[in-house]
Amino acid sequence: MTTDEQVLNYPFPGETALEPPAEWERLREQCPVAHVRLPSGDQATLLTRYDDVKRVLADPRFTRQLTAPDAARLSAEGGGVFSGEMSQIIPDMGEGHLHWRRLVARWFTAKRMIALRPAMTEIADRLVDDMVAAGPPGDLRAALGFPLPVYVICDMLGVPAEDRDRFSHWSDALLNLTRYTKAETEASQVEFFQYMSEHVTAKRAEPGEDLLSELIAVGPPEDGGLSDLQIVVTGMGLLVAGHETTANMIGKMVAMLLGDRSRWERLLADPSLVRTTVEEALRLDANAGFGLPRYLHEEIEVSGTALPRGTTVICSMASANRDEGVFDAADEMDLGRSPNQHLAFGSGIHSCLGQALARTELQVVLEVLLRRLPTLELAVPQEELRRVEGLAVGGLSELPVRW
Amino acid sequence: MKVSVDQTRCCGAGQCVLTVPEVFDQREEDGIVVLLDPEPAEEFHSTVREAAAVCPTSAITVHED
Repeated sequence: MTTDEQVLNYPFPGETALEPPAEWERLREQCPVAHVRLPSGDQATLLTRYDDVKRVLADPRFTRQLTAPDAARLSAEGGGVFSGEMSQIIPDMGEGHLHWRRLVARWFTAKRMIALRPAMTEIADRLVDDMVAAGPPGDLRAALGFPLPVYVICDMLGVPAEDRDRFSHWSDALLNLTRYTKAETEASQVEFFQYMSEHVTAKRAEPGEDLLSELIAVGPPEDGGLSDLQIVVTGMGLLVAGHETTANMIGKMVAMLLGDRSRWERLLADPSLVRTTVEEALRLDANAGFGLPRYLHEEIEVSGTALPRGTTVICSMASANRDEGVFDAADEMDLGRSPNQHLAFGSGIHSCLGQALARTELQVVLEVLLRRLPTLELAVPQEELRRVEGLAVGGLSELPVRW
Repeated sequence: MKVSVDQTRCCGAGQCVLTVPEVFDQREEDGIVVLLDPEPAEEFHSTVREAAAVCPTSAITVHED
């Protein structure tokens, strides 16, 4: 393409769990529109610069129709959140998408999240109690990072948090790149779909005060609501999106802050930095996962390179977030950085619906840990932290800590 | 400082409300931005600029006097 005809295997392996792969900087400088080979073996075009990623994510001509016959497949094992049949049930563009988004967005307003704060804090305090009772050391991922967002999203959807191990498994399977076989991912999707269908049927019979009950109460599509199938898929999507990404981010954020303990000390001295610290951790997340794929129905130019119709584009927000042309001292973690216009939640009309929820959960976790465990530290050298492998979302497989 | 918002561009991410709740709100029914104060007091100017800079759909415009 622009300057580099080599086809790189994507995602790039990172040297350590928290540091970015060296390819990002090189590609941003020399080859902002790069050829890559995905885990499926199919080829795609990788964008790594801030301006390109931001523009493409907000441009409706770069569609989310990864089911097109000539679109690159992400995983050889098929399906998944981006290209499975289920991805087509919620309208992904135009008025239909806007209608869906507005019906669901009312549940994720900043005001609602602020109202949820005391309950979230209570859950986080309780989880810290349990971790303290059992340790030190403890695994912060298992003790706090995963359960907190699961409890919160289960409550919003009215599903029992006791089923969280099954949700985790189904969610991993939907986000599969290379961990599971095709048969395993398909079986998980069927089970998950069955579970959520039964749940929606039960809510129809006996409504609660949760998001799914209220979506049902709006009525059928002809009355401005959603079909049962759309409600089921919305529930599945929110359950996956609502816990996996934030759960992983909690672990990565805490690891970044403890990895250089002067950061933790600075927060202890000035807790008013919590809000900007959360944004900076989101920006610097080097282990964010796959990025966002888009599919082109027409030829479009990006950074001087013509992308032909039928191209699958992968937007690396994590690379874009380290673009020196946009962020001063882009590789430095500046806990007070403002404004911090990172792209961790995407950009444009498809930007993350649950971002206010994710931000609030991350802020609450940090506040509670600073208050309860000021002596918190990593229980292993930072280099020994391991990544979650084989999924489209990135995280740490465990986060050993002591206090 | 004068602030304006474009409700047709807004995607309801709510970041402006988390940043400056004194100036921005969201509609209950769909999360779309509501401007509470088109001429915010000086103490909010820097956070209003921040909210405009980080809005995912660039739905907030700030006119400096």
